[in-house]
Amino acid sequence: MGKTLAEKIWADHIVHSATGEPDLVYIDLHLIHEVTSAQAFDGLRLAGRKVRRTDLTIATEDHNTPTQNIDQPIADPVSRLQVDTLRANCKEFGVRIHSLGDAEQGIVHVVGPQLGLTQPGMTIVCGDSHTSTHGAFGALAFGIGTSEVEHVLATQTLPLIRPKTMAINVDGVLPVGVTAKDVILAIIAKIGTGGGQGYVLEYRGSAIRALSMEGRMTICNMSIEAGARAGIIAPDETTFEYVKNKPHAPIGADWDAALAYWKTLRTDDDAKFDTEIFLKAEELAPFVTWGTNPAQGAPLNASVPVPSDYSDPEERGAAERALTYMGLEAGAPLKSIKVDTIFLGSCTNGRIEDLRAAASILKGKKISNSVRMLVVPGSARVRLQAETEGLDKVFLDAGAEWRNAGCSMCLGMNPDQLAVGERSASTSNRNFEGRQGKGGRTHLVSPLVAAATAIRGTLSSPADL
Amino acid sequence: MDKFISHTGSGLPLRRSNVDTDQIIPAVYLKRVTKSGFEDGLFAAWRNDPEFVLNKPQYKDATVLIAGVDFGTGSSREHAVWALQNYGFKVVISSRFADIFRGNSQKAGLLTVVLPQDQVEMIWDAVEVDPAVAITVDLEAKNVRVASATYAFEIDDYTRWRLMEGLDDIGLTLKKIDEVTAFEGKAPSFKPKTLPIRA
Ligand code: SF4
Repeated sequence: MGKTLAEKIWADHIVHSATGEPDLVYIDLHLIHEVTSAQAFDGLRLAGRKVRRTDLTIATEDHNTPTQNIDQPIADPVSRLQVDTLRANCKEFGVRIHSLGDAEQGIVHVVGPQLGLTQPGMTIVCGDSHTSTHGAFGALAFGIGTSEVEHVLATQTLPLIRPKTMAINVDGVLPVGVTAKDVILAIIAKIGTGGGQGYVLEYRGSAIRALSMEGRMTICNMSIEAGARAGIIAPDETTFEYVKNKPHAPIGADWDAALAYWKTLRTDDDAKFDTEIFLKAEELAPFVTWGTNPAQGAPLNASVPVPSDYSDPEERGAAERALTYMGLEAGAPLKSIKVDTIFLGSCTNGRIEDLRAAASILKGKKISNSVRMLVVPGSARVRLQAETEGLDKVFLDAGAEWRNAGCSMCLGMNPDQLAVGERSASTSNRNFEGRQGKGGRTHLVSPLVAAATAIRGTLSSPADL
Repeated sequence: MDKFISHTGSGLPLRRSNVDTDQIIPAVYLKRVTKSGFEDGLFAAWRNDPEFVLNKPQYKDATVLIAGVDFGTGSSREHAVWALQNYGFKVVISSRFADIFRGNSQKAGLLTVVLPQDQVEMIWDAVEVDPAVAITVDLEAKNVRVASATYAFEIDDYTRWRLMEGLDDIGLTLKKIDEVTAFEGKAPSFKPKTLPIRA
């Protein structure tokens, strides 16, 4: 019997395998940031250990970093300590780091691909659950805990139990205005926040093939919101084209060898997935969340659900609690919801294509007087690119704020937060209670919906303009 | 991780049940960037009370914590184990531990011993009568000895072997490091490296 893509990559990375034990899996790339690495480095220090492969390790600063006044010391002492600690650890252990102010600084999942360090067929880990993003290149990539960070630093391997595989087939052509973000929100709403638990999700089908690399990253990024540690998409010409000529892409004979290998990275026709689900692209629409987990979403044209319509008491209770927290009225049209803040950014939708998409809607228009809009590029490089294309002007002319790179309001560890009761339309990935600031209310949306919402002040799609 | 074969020390009787990890180490102490130094946060909410057992001079050198039932429930924070170890504890005895806490402690080399509640009570009594009484926790013999009493305990062979060898997960993997090196030797040259930096 044939193998799935994930099984092939797994098999290619087994260092040691024995019955009754987890497989010992080799890790090709380890990404590091300031929040989850400090104790791991401290553990190495206490045990007198080194970083085994500094040449497979790279660090950046993202979660805590301010997006304004980045030439000044970080004001919050706790954030500053975490960043300073990362810098000191990287220096001591010889790890490459891109600090605030560096052109390659930014969200760890934006930086890896833009440097060409994310390539097909690799195993990639990071102490961050959205590491699944890198699966868009046909890599096996997943988030790990601090103890595992230490384990990888010391040994460049991890003992792991092999996950099951699930195919998510999206066939057909996406309607105009429907983006990768809408696709993944619809998938999560379908399978639930626990639906992917224990699986690697392989996204397949003509609608997935038609997506750009950045769209694919948006999809794989949110695999974790469906409970899966990893999502993956088979590499193809789109992937090869994207990787080619990136700083760390293979060159010369290495490129040819790499390409020959990458072309074998697809699920065999006779391979069997443990589970398979199907979606029709034509049936998808701009999607938005109304609740407090990413599975609580609906098409933008729909209404806030009525909890009593749920037959499952668990879901009914969850919907009731969510509506209370979100301050929403059951049955109200989603498009009637007024927002205060628009956040365009994060590792889900903070790449250049996302900024271009939003700018195409905002060009020559003004955002509503009743909203503020933060545009936070995923990396300093994305910011520079956007400025070259004049996108910063478009945002500023429309009345939005043009910020420096980082995680920013995606999780509000830096000063970019929602106030109590404030409501956002956000291109990030988590609408948990308090995620963007204590008492803040989050609606997850695509960059197109974010831009249209900024103009109208209520949840809207470009078709409503 | 240090090898754990047998440990002899004095005990601290913590007569409370359901001590969760928020009580072992409150969230405000989690911002620290080290795995060490958590001893100040250990049972922080109770430390202001001079009557709290940890504050009593007769127990100040204790290395064996004798806890009530359901010790270590709540959040999965690894910091709870670190705090106990940083303070100087080598062993925790209880009639029941929360699973995640027990898993974390075994990873970090803090021995958790399960004894029936009546035996835990006997040890509490013995320690309260004589705070200096020697408690020997013998992992090799799988028993706890207090004065003339001996209490046998169960532990799975794999965990026992790992603790006696002083092997944390990293230590275990390092035993296979030759296989890792051999694997690395076969890596194709097109695999990317972060160093040297290419622009
Ligand atoms: S942008 Fe948000 S989800 Fe992505 S790494 Fe940063 S905090 Fe995590």
